[in-house]
Amino acid sequence: MSATTSIEQRGSVNYLNCDYSLKSWLITLDHKRIGLLYLIAILIFFLIGGSMALLIRYELLTPQGDFLLSDTYNKTFTMHGVTLIFFFLIPSIPAVLGNFLLPLMLGAKDVAFPRLNLLSWYVFMAGAVLGTIALVSGGVDTGWTFYTPLSSTFAHGAVVLAVSAAFVAGFSSIMTGVNFIVTIHMMRAPGLTWSRLPLFVWAHYATSLIQVLGTPVIAITLFLVGVERVAKIGIFDPNLGGDPVLFQHLFWFYSHPAVYIMILPGMGVISEVIACFARRRIFGYDFVAYSSLAIAVLGFFVWGHHMFVSGQSMYAGMVFSVITFLVAIPSAIKIFNWTATLYKGSIHLAAPMLFALSFMGLFTIGGLTGLFLASMAMDIHLHDTYFVVAHFHYVMVGGQIIAFLAGIHFWWPKMTGRMYPEGMGKLSALVTFIGFNLTFMPQFILGYMGMPRRYHSYPEEWQVLHVLSSAGASILASGFILTIGYLIWSLWYGDKASANPWGAKGLEWQTPSPPPTENFATKPVVTEEAYHYTPELREEEKEYEHV
Amino acid sequence: MKGIPFFPEQASKVAPEVDLIYYVLTALTVFFSIGVFAAILYFIVKYRAGSKADRSRPPSHNMPLELTWSVIPLLMSLVVFGWSAKLFIEMQKPIPSRDALEIIVIGKQWMWHLQHPTGQRENNTLHIPVGRPVKLTMISQDVLHSFYVPAFRVKQDVLPGRYTTLWFEATKTGTYHLFCAEYCGTKHAEMIGTVTVLSEEGYETWLEETQWGIRAAQRTESLAEQGAKLFTRLECSGCHSPGSTSGPPLAGMFGTQRALSDGRFVTADEGYIRDSIREPQKMILSGWEDKDGMPPYPTIDEQQILQLIAYIRSLKELPTASTPPLSDEAEG
Repeated sequence: MSATTSIEQRGSVNYLNCDYSLKSWLITLDHKRIGLLYLIAILIFFLIGGSMALLIRYELLTPQGDFLLSDTYNKTFTMHGVTLIFFFLIPSIPAVLGNFLLPLMLGAKDVAFPRLNLLSWYVFMAGAVLGTIALVSGGVDTGWTFYTPLSSTFAHGAVVLAVSAAFVAGFSSIMTGVNFIVTIHMMRAPGLTWSRLPLFVWAHYATSLIQVLGTPVIAITLFLVGVERVAKIGIFDPNLGGDPVLFQHLFWFYSHPAVYIMILPGMGVISEVIACFARRRIFGYDFVAYSSLAIAVLGFFVWGHHMFVSGQSMYAGMVFSVITFLVAIPSAIKIFNWTATLYKGSIHLAAPMLFALSFMGLFTIGGLTGLFLASMAMDIHLHDTYFVVAHFHYVMVGGQIIAFLAGIHFWWPKMTGRMYPEGMGKLSALVTFIGFNLTFMPQFILGYMGMPRRYHSYPEEWQVLHVLSSAGASILASGFILTIGYLIWSLWYGDKASANPWGAKGLEWQTPSPPPTENFATKPVVTEEAYHYTPELREEEKEYEHV
Repeated sequence: MKGIPFFPEQASKVAPEVDLIYYVLTALTVFFSIGVFAAILYFIVKYRAGSKADRSRPPSHNMPLELTWSVIPLLMSLVVFGWSAKLFIEMQKPIPSRDALEIIVIGKQWMWHLQHPTGQRENNTLHIPVGRPVKLTMISQDVLHSFYVPAFRVKQDVLPGRYTTLWFEATKTGTYHLFCAEYCGTKHAEMIGTVTVLSEEGYETWLEETQWGIRAAQRTESLAEQGAKLFTRLECSGCHSPGSTSGPPLAGMFGTQRALSDGRFVTADEGYIRDSIREPQKMILSGWEDKDGMPPYPTIDEQQILQLIAYIRSLKELPTASTPPLSDEAEG
């Protein structure tokens, strides 16, 4: 692992400059290029979904529903949810960073099934195109949850197109999951035992299990909504002999585990970043690794906590409530172990680390407020209010998106061969942290006051809190735009990156930045545990000192 | 606008109990968050790169520590679970009372329609007396809705095709927000209203005044009276009157166990009566298999079904020959 300088191959052929043609990108089987294709695709959907969020916050500045009329408002929050969940958050870390890094971290040439990998991107894009058509051909106003019988019988708009979009995109998620599971099992470099795997890999293993086991259920469920809507076959609508609560069971059987698809990969990123910038082995590696699996498994048995007031049996509710409390424990274990990793470390506050610390703070609040909602008597009051909205944004934006930014900054030099501007990175971490809290902290209070979700008008006494939230949203948006701006700028003007600018461990840092198409010139052999960091930088890692 | 509000009013019996859980959970959240943040800050200051802190023999793991920070939160979680589940069970159960006020609620896109046992109707408003348990029996005509009164800390989804109930007891007079909490389509945000809690006398007065409000010079009929009329008009009485051999008698059957021809036993509750009217063939009473069977009434609306249920519930004693007990011929 001491060959940092000797693997510098500036000016040599890498996966980016080997072929510049559009065709070479569109038929590429290289996992790194596919990762970048995903990055471009999800960036577009991030911008669409994020713009919708701004429209929503702009409407909510005043108590009257005056800027967006009810129909437009409903379509806006529906597409905000559908776009950001199915076309941004679910593929965000796995399909971009996972695709790019997994083979590199395992010392492999590529994923196990490169063609399936490319197919997954095309299937994803097919779903994305369907979603876009649904958006421009009138939109959908069912909410991203597609609750029946509203979606299957009563709603106007392009419901069938929208559920088809999510249906199709689900298959790309399954393909990625299968690919990762096989890759992790079969393609590890010699010496890379399970207990030496980076925690990023463990997290993606757990995520992939959920993708493979859970996604088919949502696919079937959305298909049934389409069937009921088109063919009037009674499945969910009681007027046709169906059961509307059945839909909720099926929907949340996937969509709650999907929450873990949207957070586990982020936890994987955080483990890598914290170990590197604290220059320490992750404290309690086994606990962090197995807690990912525990979350994945327990996460399948908590779906009914979305249904405490739906009319489901009281006893079923109690089982779901207690398992929900149990699933909080592995998350708490992770937070405690990351904190303990800082102990006796040598902590460098570079931008990725600032994002990681931001994640720890926001995820702690996101996780703990989840316990309010797991408490049955409490949830009766909080269900379907802004408290829920605030809670899951703390987990999904404060958790996954901030972790995604931590990861993007951390591996940006590896992916692009360029350094992002460090000062800007630190500024972005700060602005997003402040903007995020100002947006969503007032929403906890609004929720406890009783402000229901999905209202475009509200009683006047809540205006101050809504104005604060909207002000925060504009700060948060500025932070995101700033980040996208300087990252794109750095592609041309950023400093050239060395193979290992952070002095990080892990096989991905033992190949040039950007890596050659075949990843490694010679197959790496692993001889030590993950995160074999020393507090002092070695001589060849001094470049990192100025950060 | 007077500053930032932090807590909704406590206007029901359970509100202070729910708030107590909220305070405790908030305290735990603040405690753990501050604990984690303080530890992080302390470490990044003490162990910042280049500091002279002691870094000898950094631990890679510590089993007793892992168990401590797993088991303590686990135990705390289980306590909160048990506490909130217990309160949840209490909130689901009927409030023991001799004079609970039973109000029917029909949710539809996009309004709340309510009716008092004495017949008074309201749209998007609900007037109730303070200090008296209220039971809402709710059903939706179309999509899912959810009846939510933040000041009472109660919420219950309102489903099509199935009754749900909600119990509460107001403790403070005043007017409070009523929301539909389950997204129900275009005008979801307009499916709102108020709950007005009156003194017991105030409620009596309100009932008196409203009695004459809807149709002048006509006494409001009670829910059961409206049901009785319907019972005759739809010719239910032809088969279900006492002594008839073409249909089972209904007096006193509400709340009893009914033996079905397929061997099942069901409780004759609101849902059972509703299903038996809409789809009579689904649940045939044991001993009535060889009769012609009742024709289904698929077009009868939710309001009418609830009126019929109220009437059937009122048939405690065997009705006299001149059933149903009616006053005039006007229809509800």
